[in-house]
Amino acid sequence: MKRKSKHSLQNMLAEYRAVTSPSVIHQLEQLAAPLKGAKVLHINSTKEGGGVAEILHKLIPLKQALGIKADWEIINGNQEFYECTKGFHNALQGMRQSISEKLLRNYEKINKENAEKLNSKLKEADFVFIHDPQPAPLLKLTPERRGKWIWRCHIDASKPYRNVWKYLRDWVTPYDASIFSLPEFAQPLPHPQYIIAPSIDPLSDKNCPLPDHEIDSIFSEFSLDPELPLITQVSRYDRFKDPVGVIEAYKLASKLTPLQLVLAGGGASDDPEGEAVLNEVKQASNGAANIHVLLLPADANRTINALQRASDIVLQKSIREGFGLTVSEGMWKGKPVIGGDTGGIRLQVIDHYTGFLVRTPEGAALRTRYLLHRRDKLEEIGMRAKRFVRENFLITRHIREYLTLMVGLTNGDEERIDVGKA
Amino acid sequence: MQNAVGNMQQKTPFAVKDCALITIATGTKVQNLKEFAVALKDVPLGSIYHHFWGRLLRALFDEPEYNNDFASWAYRGLHDKPLAEQLSMVLPTDYEDLECLRQEMIEVVEQRLDESEYVPWAKIDQQFHFLKSQIVIFDTGIRYNHPAELVSQIIQLSTGSIYYHFIDARNRTEERHDDFSSWLNGFGNDFEELVHNLRSLDPYFSSLKEIRLSVSTIFQTFFEKEK
Repeated sequence: MKRKSKHSLQNMLAEYRAVTSPSVIHQLEQLAAPLKGAKVLHINSTKEGGGVAEILHKLIPLKQALGIKADWEIINGNQEFYECTKGFHNALQGMRQSISEKLLRNYEKINKENAEKLNSKLKEADFVFIHDPQPAPLLKLTPERRGKWIWRCHIDASKPYRNVWKYLRDWVTPYDASIFSLPEFAQPLPHPQYIIAPSIDPLSDKNCPLPDHEIDSIFSEFSLDPELPLITQVSRYDRFKDPVGVIEAYKLASKLTPLQLVLAGGGASDDPEGEAVLNEVKQASNGAANIHVLLLPADANRTINALQRASDIVLQKSIREGFGLTVSEGMWKGKPVIGGDTGGIRLQVIDHYTGFLVRTPEGAALRTRYLLHRRDKLEEIGMRAKRFVRENFLITRHIREYLTLMVGLTNGDEERIDVGKA
Repeated sequence: MQNAVGNMQQKTPFAVKDCALITIATGTKVQNLKEFAVALKDVPLGSIYHHFWGRLLRALFDEPEYNNDFASWAYRGLHDKPLAEQLSMVLPTDYEDLECLRQEMIEVVEQRLDESEYVPWAKIDQQFHFLKSQIVIFDTGIRYNHPAELVSQIIQLSTGSIYYHFIDARNRTEERHDDFSSWLNGFGNDFEELVHNLRSLDPYFSSLKEIRLSVSTIFQTFFEKEK
């Protein structure tokens, strides 16, 4: 990853200071002091698409601004590799998967090739963060490592399909620590399991404030009716996000309340199933005039921002969800979120306070009708949602926890660690 | 026990510390009240601390109904409102240390089990996960020599500093009070009213930002009256 100049890194800290507060940034600077100069390497499997890449795009420069030598590498794979790791992903989320020996051997071979390619960086790093199952074998393939290795699982692994988990567990067990987004996702492992929720970046194109004309322009761009209430789900086309359930909810709600639905998603380069799900969604929408199924490019961040801001309600009706960053994104724009009662959505949507948790398309339809009928509640819940995100789900909180973890790991399993005495 | 502000001698500067907390899973999870009672006896004391105090440094909705995680679960997971109410009124500062607090919790839970005709259960996705935390404490280098200096400064402190001095101190110090009022006591009777007002602030239902604002207001009100 290309390094930013010292000046632009300092400017970046100043911008975060303005969005959060001086004390938030000052705290990060002090917490980072004992880690100054440490080599920190993050590894995942894609630079674009999906929440992990999005977080890393911001986390790395922020760490650099705090004096840490942070770096980000991706592992490269072939089609069979991604087929295999998509199988892992589905299996960790509880789906029964049969992954052939051939795919597993290919997975190991690809990791071996990447371990060789990245060998010097892997050996020298003080901290290596391995994101999700794709690069998990790198630790065992780097016997001369010297740093602390942390496996970061972004997936809802609360009820993994056991056969696949048993295979992955062998790769993950020797790590110094692992990180899960929620306590429910943690699995029995012989090392500390830290709990860190992901975050959104308030300065990114996807979340920064937009001028009114840019928000309004999406109505003509996507042939939306500016007079009709708009509900939106932004998500990859993935069955766990239940886009077909969202269409069902729209159909139920629109019988009594005129409205329009936008389903906006892009493909992640490591998700081979997206196209099949997109076809299912198109079939379910059956060409209805007020259902807009959009396939957006990976860099359409400002468009997504505008769509969320133009919406009356944001939906995230997932049936399984690692965290669901789109929930925080919607809430940050002052929108109530109707979310699936699952995983990390529960951490963000406090039922009746920052949105509604639902289990069925009927539930989503009911809450949609209620909010569109009670505009006062819609506004009140939206304002509360924004405040909740400001305090809990911005990237500044996320990086604070990463820094705390790194300081913590270097001090063993002590519960209280005193550092940086003046 | 460690004391945050030194020996509380008059005119010892108030040393502002800050802290950050990271949550760690203990691996212990329970689904019914009987399992909960058993687990309470075994979990590390750090877990008791985390669920009473550490929660304030976690993502937490700022209008919580119950003031510790155990009580929240009794209500939301087990739907046992009487137990939630009883657990909510277990005040950690009433007990000498975390072990005594643990014993009281066990008493309350076992009493409830004796009263119940059946064991309350939670749904599979509403299990209670015992957590603990690691706290990193660092000295900010900021020192205050006189209480009047805090009037304009408290609002500038990070929520981590507020947590350390106003919440953590109740568990950390022998006095079982916040660090601000303990420091003020070192000035004799001059700040008696201020000490009283700080100690009358119930921190259990507020976010750290709200506590910071309340503490700041208490200081401001006191020194405006003094003028």
